[in-house]
Amino acid sequence: MKLDSKIPAGPLSEKWSNHKFKMKLVNPSNRRKYHVIVVGSGLAGGAAAASLGEMGYKVSCFCYQDSPRRAHSIAAQGGINAAKNYQNDGDSVHRLFYDTVKGGDYRAREANVYRLAEVSSAIIDQCVAQGVPFAREYGGLLANRSFGGAQVARTFYARGQTGQQLLLGAYSALSRQIGLGQVKMYNRHEMLDVVKVDGHAKGIIARNLVTGQIERHAGDCVVIATGGYGNVFFLSTNAQGCNVTAAYRSYKRGAAFANPCFTQIHPTCIPVHGDQQSKLTLMSESLRNDGRIWVPNDTETAKKLRTGSMNPNDVPEDARDYFLERKYPSFGNLAPRDISSRAAKEACDAGLGVASTGLGVYLDFRDAIKRDGEQTIKERYGNLFDMYQCITGDNPYQVPMMIYPAVHYTMGGVWVDYNLETTIPGLFAAGEANFSDHGANRLGASALMQGLADGYFVLPYTIGNYLGEQGIAAAGKVTTDAPEFDAVEKDVRDRTERLLAIKGKTSARTFHKRLGDLIWEYCGMARSKEGLEKAIAEIQALREEFWRDVRVPGEADELNPELERAGRVADFLEFGELMCRDALMRDESCGGHFRVEHQTEDGEAKRDDINFSFVGVWEFKGENVEPALHREALDFEVAKPSVRSYK
Amino acid sequence: MKLTLKVWRQKNNQTLGRLETYVLEEVSEDSSFLEMLDILNEQLIADGQTPVAFDHDCREGICGMCSLTINGIPHGPDGGTTVCQLHMRRFNDGDTITIEPWRARPFPIIKDLVTDRSSFDHIMQAGGFISVRTGSAIDANEIPVPKPVADYAMDAAACIGCGACVAACKNASAMLFTSAKVAQLNSLPQGKPEKDRRVLAMVNAMDEAGFGSCTNYGECSAVCPKEIPLDMIAKLNRDYIVAQTKSIFTKVG
Repeated sequence: MKLDSKIPAGPLSEKWSNHKFKMKLVNPSNRRKYHVIVVGSGLAGGAAAASLGEMGYKVSCFCYQDSPRRAHSIAAQGGINAAKNYQNDGDSVHRLFYDTVKGGDYRAREANVYRLAEVSSAIIDQCVAQGVPFAREYGGLLANRSFGGAQVARTFYARGQTGQQLLLGAYSALSRQIGLGQVKMYNRHEMLDVVKVDGHAKGIIARNLVTGQIERHAGDCVVIATGGYGNVFFLSTNAQGCNVTAAYRSYKRGAAFANPCFTQIHPTCIPVHGDQQSKLTLMSESLRNDGRIWVPNDTETAKKLRTGSMNPNDVPEDARDYFLERKYPSFGNLAPRDISSRAAKEACDAGLGVASTGLGVYLDFRDAIKRDGEQTIKERYGNLFDMYQCITGDNPYQVPMMIYPAVHYTMGGVWVDYNLETTIPGLFAAGEANFSDHGANRLGASALMQGLADGYFVLPYTIGNYLGEQGIAAAGKVTTDAPEFDAVEKDVRDRTERLLAIKGKTSARTFHKRLGDLIWEYCGMARSKEGLEKAIAEIQALREEFWRDVRVPGEADELNPELERAGRVADFLEFGELMCRDALMRDESCGGHFRVEHQTEDGEAKRDDINFSFVGVWEFKGENVEPALHREALDFEVAKPSVRSYK
Repeated sequence: MKLTLKVWRQKNNQTLGRLETYVLEEVSEDSSFLEMLDILNEQLIADGQTPVAFDHDCREGICGMCSLTINGIPHGPDGGTTVCQLHMRRFNDGDTITIEPWRARPFPIIKDLVTDRSSFDHIMQAGGFISVRTGSAIDANEIPVPKPVADYAMDAAACIGCGACVAACKNASAMLFTSAKVAQLNSLPQGKPEKDRRVLAMVNAMDEAGFGSCTNYGECSAVCPKEIPLDMIAKLNRDYIVAQTKSIFTKVG
C-alpha cells in the first residue's frame, strides 16, 4: 500500500484556493448522471448529502435511526469554533489553525487543519442563513464564549444545544433536497459492507432494519460519514447505536485505518452510578468557564465526602485543592481535555476522589453564583443544570456537581488524503469517521466545525474532482447486477446466518461490556506495554468465546435489535485489538494517548517527535493476521512542534 | 427495587398486539427507565424469549428517538423529560408499570414499542427549511436579530421531534410539532421571504399525513419533553390565516 496524502504544493494559506482551481469540475447538466451514496446523516453526512443534492447530483443517504434528524451530532452541547474575530481579541485563521495543531499535540496534518480554519467562517454564515438560532447580544449580533485550549472567545453557541441546532440546520437543508427529489433517504438502514468494482468503491450492501432485507445499492462513489468508535469502550457519551461497522468493513476491504488509539476522554461527565449503567452523560465543557474543579486536600476528608458524612460546602477554602488552577495557572479550569482528564484521574488515584465510587471530582459553581448571581448562571447553563439534577437527583445550584472523565470522541479514523478520499479510490470518509484534523487530541467546539467543513465545503469540491477524473462515460455504469455485488452480499448473508446459528448462552451486550472493561482498563487514560499486550491476548480470547457462545434471539427477516447489536459488537471485538496494537506501537505519549513509560517528572505527557512524528496507518492483511503498519510522515512547516505547555 | 411490568408486545404491523406481564426482581433506583428495560431484555434473552423492541439512541434527552407511553402518559410522569432521562427513583418498590408505544394512526406500529414516525419527516420536507444554497450566505453579522427574537426562535427550535405531542392528543394532531418549526423559521428575518409558502405547505403536508386538528386541550404541551408552549400553535394559526388570505389575492411563494 502506498500512501499519497496529495497535499497541494505552495504556501499553506494558498493550498486550498490553488487546489480548488486545479480540480476537475462536472458540468451542471451532467451532474444528474452521477449517483453519490452517503452513509450517515449527521453533520458531515447530512451536510454533504444536502449540498451534493443541491448541486444536481443524484444522492442516496442512509442512516440507521428512524430519521436523519437523530444522528448523534445532535448531542453536542457546547459550541462551534470559527475564526470570525467578532470579539476583536486577536483571533485569525492562523491562530485557529495554530491552536488546533498545538491542541492536537502536533499529530495532525497541517494542510488539512489550515483548510479547516479557513472555511470555519463560512460555516457560521451558512448556519445563520439556515435559521440556526445562535446566541446573540442585545444589539442583535452574534455572541461568543471561550472554550478549552484557547485564549480567545471564538465559540458560537445555541444555549447548551449547539449540536442539535446545527444538525437540525443540516437536516432542514437535507429535507429540502429530499422533498425536491434530489436525495433519496433510507432511514433505518445499516451499511454492512462496501462493494468495489475494478478497485473503486461503487456501492454498498445495507440491511433494511425493519424488514431485515439485505439490499444492494450501486453508485459512482461512496461517502462514509458514520461517526466515531467510542462505543468500543461500552460506556461512553456516544449514542447506543454508534458503531464502527461501516468504517471497519471498509478497512477490511482495503481502506487503511489511521491512529485508532487516539481517543478522547472528556473531563466533565457525570460519574458512573453502578453496574446497570448503559451510557455516560457529558456535561458541556463550557461549564468550566464558570465552574471551579477541586478535590479535598486530604484523604480523610475525601472519605467523609464519599460516604456522605460531610457536605462539600462545609469543606473550608484552605482544605480544597483547585488542582487545574494550581497546575496550569494561565489556562486554569480551561486546560485542554486530555490534560484535565488526566489530572482528575491522578487526584482519584491518590485517594482524593469523591462520589460514592471514589471516581469523581467537584465542579463547583459557588463562587460564580456569588459573583454573577444565580439568574445569570441559570441563563448560561440552565438546561445543563436541569439535566444534571434529573440524572443524579442533586441540585447543582446548592451542592457542587460531581464529574469524572469519560470516553467522548475518537480522533483516529479511516485514513484520508487531502481530498478526504480513503485508500480505496472513490470511497470518501468525513467527519469523526476520518482521522485528519484533530491529531492526538481534539479541542472543544472543533468537532462540529470539522463535520460541517467536510460536508458543506470540502466534499462538494473533491467529489466533483473524483467524478470529473472518472469521466462522464463512467457515470452510472456500475449496476447492482455486477458480480462483485454477489460476492459481497454473500459474505454479509453468511455472517448474519452464522451469528444467528450460534445459539449460545451469553448476550451480545454482555460481551460488549466485557470488551469495554478491557479497553477502559488497558487502553483508556493510561496505557502501558504490559497492559496492552495483555489486552490483545484477552480480546482475542473474548472474540473466540463470542463466536462460540453468543446468543442472538429472533430472525434475520424482521426488526431485530439484538442482531444489529451482535453485528456491531463482533466488529468492535476485532477493532479493539487494532486499537491496542496501535497504542502499543506508539511508544510515546501525546495528547489523549498517555503511555505511562513516557512522562515527565510532574506527570505530563512526553512526546517523541524524532521517532513518532507520523500518522500510524494500518492495512488489513487477513483474518487473524497481524495488520501491516505504514507511516505517513508529518511535516510541520509553519506550526513548529514545541512542548505543549498550558502552564 | 422490585417491579411488575406490563409491556405491549406486537410481532409486526400485520398481527394484533397484547400486554404481557414481566417481573423484575432487582432494579437500582439510580438506573434510567431505559436501563431498566435493558435489564428486562437481558432477562428475556437468558430465558430464551424474544426481547422487547423499543426505540432509543442518545439516552441524554436530545435525539428524540425514545418514545414510550408509561402508565398512559407519553414519556412518563415527569414533566419536561424524555423517557431516557426518567429515572427509577421516580417509582416505588413494588410498583406495576404499564408500557405502551405511541398510539396514533399516522405513527403505525412496526414492532412492540417501535413506531414509524416518518410522517414527521414528510412535514419537514414540505417546508421546514430556509432555502439557502451552500456557500451563498452573507456574513453572519449582516443580519442582526434582536435578542428576544433569537431567544423565541431558540425556544421553538428546541423541539426534538419525538412525537409525544401527537401521542398525547386525542385527535393525534401534529400542530405543536409543526408550529414549533414554523415559529422558529417565520420569526427570524432569514425566514421571512418563504414565510407564507412555508406555513401553507407544512399544514398541507400535516393534513395529508392524516394528523388530526387542534381542539385546544393542551395535552401536547403538557407532555412535551422540551416544554414547547401552546403559543406556538397560536403563531401557526396566525401565520396560516395571513398566508391563506394573501393567497386569495396573489400567488404565494
